[in-house]
Amino acid sequence: MSARDLDDGASLALRVRRRLLGDRLAGASLAVLLGVALACLVGPLLTGHPYDRIYYDYPRTPPSLALYPRPGTVEPALARLAFRMRVRAEDVAVGPDAVRLTLAADGPVDARVLTYFARSDLFGAARVLARSGDGTRLTVEAPLRRTRFLAGTDGLGRDLLTRTLAGGRVSLALGLMATAVALGIGVAYGAAAGYLGGRADAVMMRLVDILYALPFVFFVIMLVVFFGRSVGLIFLAVGAVEWLDMARIVRAEAMAIRRQDYVRAAEALGLTTAAILRRHVVPNTLGPVVAFAALLVPRVILLESFLSFLGLGVQEPMTSWGVLIADGARSIETSPWMLLVPACALVATLMALTLLGEGLADALDPRGPR
Amino acid sequence: MLRRLAQGVPTLLVVVTLSFFLVRLAPGGPFDLERPLAPAAMENLRRVYGLDQPLLVQFGRYLAALARGDLGPSFSVRDLSVAELLARGLPVSATLGALALGLALALGVSLGGLAAWRRGSALDHAVTALGTLGLTVPGFVVAPLLQIAFGLTLRWLPVGGWEDGAPRNLVLPVATLALPQVAVIARLTRAGLVEAAGRPHLRTLRSLGLAPRTLALHALRGAALPVVAYLGPAAAGLLTGSVVVETVFGLPGVGRYFVDGALNRDYTLVMGTVVLIGVFVLVFNLLTDLAYALVDPRVRDQG
Amino acid sequence: MRRRDLLAGLGAGALARATGPVRAAGPARAAGPARAGGASVYRRGNGADPETLDPHKTSTVAEATILLDLYEGLTAYDGGGDLVPGVAEGWTTSADGLTWTFTLRPDGRWSNGDPVVADDVLFGFRRMLDPATGAKYASVLAPIRHAEAVNRGAMPPEAVGVAAPDPRTVVIALEQPTPYFLELMTHQASTPVHRPSLARHGDAFSRPGNLVSNGAYVLRDFSPNDRITALRNPHYRAADAVSIAQVEYIPTPDLAAAVRRYAAGEIDSLDDLPADQVRSLRSRFGDQVVLNPALGVLALMVNVRKAPLDDARVRRALSLALDREFLAEVVWGETMLPAYSFTPAGLDNALPPPEMPGRDRSPLEREDEAVALLREAGYGPGGRALAVEVRYNTTDNNRNTMVAVADMWRPLNVTTSFVNTDAKTHFAYLRDGGPFDLARMSWIADYADPQNFLFLVESQNDGFNSGRYASPAYDALMREAARETDLPRRAGILHRAERLFLDDLPWIPLLHYRHKHLVSPRLRGFRPNLRGVSPTRWLSLAP
Repeated sequence: MSARDLDDGASLALRVRRRLLGDRLAGASLAVLLGVALACLVGPLLTGHPYDRIYYDYPRTPPSLALYPRPGTVEPALARLAFRMRVRAEDVAVGPDAVRLTLAADGPVDARVLTYFARSDLFGAARVLARSGDGTRLTVEAPLRRTRFLAGTDGLGRDLLTRTLAGGRVSLALGLMATAVALGIGVAYGAAAGYLGGRADAVMMRLVDILYALPFVFFVIMLVVFFGRSVGLIFLAVGAVEWLDMARIVRAEAMAIRRQDYVRAAEALGLTTAAILRRHVVPNTLGPVVAFAALLVPRVILLESFLSFLGLGVQEPMTSWGVLIADGARSIETSPWMLLVPACALVATLMALTLLGEGLADALDPRGPR
Repeated sequence: MLRRLAQGVPTLLVVVTLSFFLVRLAPGGPFDLERPLAPAAMENLRRVYGLDQPLLVQFGRYLAALARGDLGPSFSVRDLSVAELLARGLPVSATLGALALGLALALGVSLGGLAAWRRGSALDHAVTALGTLGLTVPGFVVAPLLQIAFGLTLRWLPVGGWEDGAPRNLVLPVATLALPQVAVIARLTRAGLVEAAGRPHLRTLRSLGLAPRTLALHALRGAALPVVAYLGPAAAGLLTGSVVVETVFGLPGVGRYFVDGALNRDYTLVMGTVVLIGVFVLVFNLLTDLAYALVDPRVRDQG
Repeated sequence: MRRRDLLAGLGAGALARATGPVRAAGPARAAGPARAGGASVYRRGNGADPETLDPHKTSTVAEATILLDLYEGLTAYDGGGDLVPGVAEGWTTSADGLTWTFTLRPDGRWSNGDPVVADDVLFGFRRMLDPATGAKYASVLAPIRHAEAVNRGAMPPEAVGVAAPDPRTVVIALEQPTPYFLELMTHQASTPVHRPSLARHGDAFSRPGNLVSNGAYVLRDFSPNDRITALRNPHYRAADAVSIAQVEYIPTPDLAAAVRRYAAGEIDSLDDLPADQVRSLRSRFGDQVVLNPALGVLALMVNVRKAPLDDARVRRALSLALDREFLAEVVWGETMLPAYSFTPAGLDNALPPPEMPGRDRSPLEREDEAVALLREAGYGPGGRALAVEVRYNTTDNNRNTMVAVADMWRPLNVTTSFVNTDAKTHFAYLRDGGPFDLARMSWIADYADPQNFLFLVESQNDGFNSGRYASPAYDALMREAARETDLPRRAGILHRAERLFLDDLPWIPLLHYRHKHLVSPRLRGFRPNLRGVSPTRWLSLAP
């Protein structure tokens, strides 16, 4: 019955690594996670679009491999441009790489309006080919500016792929850190309460009861009022709320373990409470805890979107998966990709996290196969 | 059991006190509107609702009223008292929550059991994958998708509305509510079963050659611990409503009051929801502990 | 043992219930598409639930919609939003415009059959202004003599300038000539009260079962977050002309879900639409989507006491650089109109509003001018860097608007930071005079008069003028307009005040609101109008 004893940290880590390596699924999950993390870290630099750049000419563009501008869209865009320049666009000829046209007006055409071409998302800097004698007609050529939106754009015309990757940074950091906070507090608290039992347990669990009964929204609003707003604070707030479930689960396990013979034996051998907690109670609760932690990460990430919705989350122009999904859910009928793209990123990540958590739980199980 | 309930009263009192003062510290008040009130109108309102009194006096009054079971008038639904609002909404939320909980428990335990039984198999991974999907897709995505699929495309079910609790109006909200719970329960069941299967006494039993059926029962009993630990708070949460489901499906439950009350700074409504949640949490903690004693005799020993 | 049974019972119950909804899906499938309500029930989407149906305590648009059906003031709106006689069949006004005499119609009836008499009207005003009522909207009655003093508690409610010399005559004395006074009499703040039911039930008189009203409909049931049901009032003087027998007002807090319910035929009309979906709604529903100008403005309120925006040149530069057409078309899906003036077009007693420069000029010219203005003020190349903070209350459209605005200021080298909070925090912060640079503000007028916009930045307007704009010249014009009885001359004065406003820009107008409706072909008689009112009594349902 004492075969479940653990040696020390080093050998535990070794065994976990050995078992994890043997689990192909967990390995694949780890690869996916690292891939996502890497993509979020460097991806926004490679997509060719800043995450906060607004493409005024491309709001709600569906995902596509094709290059923009599309053939049919150049002329209407020119008409809009001409309207803004207060001139007429005539003799428009769209080539494969450039567009040639004549700007006409009732008075002389100011060549400064050509800056509009460079400003637009469709064209590069224009150059003057010919000018009529009275200056009312200006023939110009402007190169087409080629852009690609692999994952489409959002309601303001910002590249969704870049935003999803940039938002992933925030969401991942948030989810992991908040879960770490919850894990740390919850395990320590729950293990202590469950092991100590009696009066200490009663008092500690009363505190948990009290915190449970506080409305979460208000709790967070309070934090924001007292400490101002920062992303770090959200980690704290969410982690500080989410440890409660963890504490209860660990406590339940610890209470059960406490009565085991080997723990009694350890007590008889004169080990301190802290040592027993650390060496026997905590390791033996790891299985369910890791399983629960894997469930906590998605909870935290989704919670963050709820907070952002209430105006207590990530500030513009920064974004997060939660914010993007909340936005996308509202445009589900009109532009489904706004939901699909961030949701796929989220689901893939969380799926991998869960499978990895599963693998970890098995690997950490002190009674597992070798 | 009665003693345990009585012990809950001081807890509730702490919760109420804490919330009362927290609520008042939030920026803005119930009468800060997009169109600001004239100063005279604001003064009159504050006087009518007793907000011009010192905070401690207000607190004393609130406690006195609470002792009589009076939760006060709502600031944002002025025609009804908080108690009336909760009394009307709670049956709706509780019906939805209980149905969702039952569904989640039935589906979750079976799926989790299947996964543990065929641990490492394709079935196991499928359950894990489905569970993760259910957990990672938020309610505000699931709900519109269900509406579009079953309400607009297939036209089998109404898109929203309560219609005094007609069964067909319940299906989609209950499904939305149950989905993440199924995932959690399935995973906890599986983890618990796997864990329990490795326990020494089960190994001993197995080596003694007990029938797999009996073994499974023993394992299930061990696995119930984390599920029960989760279920208590989850039930308290489910029965007191969900703001997303109620908003999207247009249901008159109490879930919305938690968020609306806080966002509207409807002090009394927030306090009402705090009391409600407090009572539910206490009662379900008690039930959880009772259930513990049932599934795990070791816990009962130490009383 | 008992515990064991309890748990087993719970488990069994849960299982039994779990199968409930699954079975329930069967008959629903057989029954075909969702249909509820009879042919004569109008299911009216109505933004939010009312806070109360006590007309004297209301303040929101959603409440006004219901109360216009339940109650009738001295005057009323017809289906096109035009003023028509209500409880009063006629009225006269004195030469100085300060005394109005209303004659009540003889056949006015409460929903229990009691006649509507002048004392009911008088009592309504007194109750509205009585500090003990806690009326949010008491300021609507401010033009009535002594109304403000009564509401402050400085005078007893009986002192208000309203008299009822006989059961069919109401005489109202005003502080100042008020050209929009008749429109104020349509407001729910001016509705009469059924005194016996108020005496019997006290403040609970507005609850279902207690409420006795004098409008075309009578309250049947109020189920919060679900629906409010009203039935045709059989005692209403024109009950025979009221076509729809039953109305259900359905709150629609989630607009996207509301549209889905509309598409499924569960709601007959919506009075608000998700702006970012309007384009696709138009292609789905065609002319069931109705957009028309409204009485509102969305603006950035400027703190004119704080650098750098204490300099009017900086404010003008920021305003010039805005592409309002992009905001209106892309961000708001054409549910807003670009605002180059503060007041919207089409108001009563008004000239066409003055415009600030911009609409007719090319964006490039505007940008050049903006840069020049900033340079003059000491910002830009060689000068100081300009950084501003924008506060807004979080909604999707607010967020997208502010992000786009910041992007439009970027070519001017303006750095914009955001502070977004929930609505209560936002408005409380402004009310308490917290420091800010720019803040999102919007205003929906109560009556179609330019005064109802321009009074917002009078220096003594504590509630709204959080940017602390104080212009003696502006205040003087507003006072002059208030005294003026000649309507064209008054319109001219207000026009001059607005021109001053647009030069000083204490608020930077961004967009003017439009009403957005989805109206089922089943609903007949809907007439879009500036005020966005559409009392149910003028509507009918196709058989």
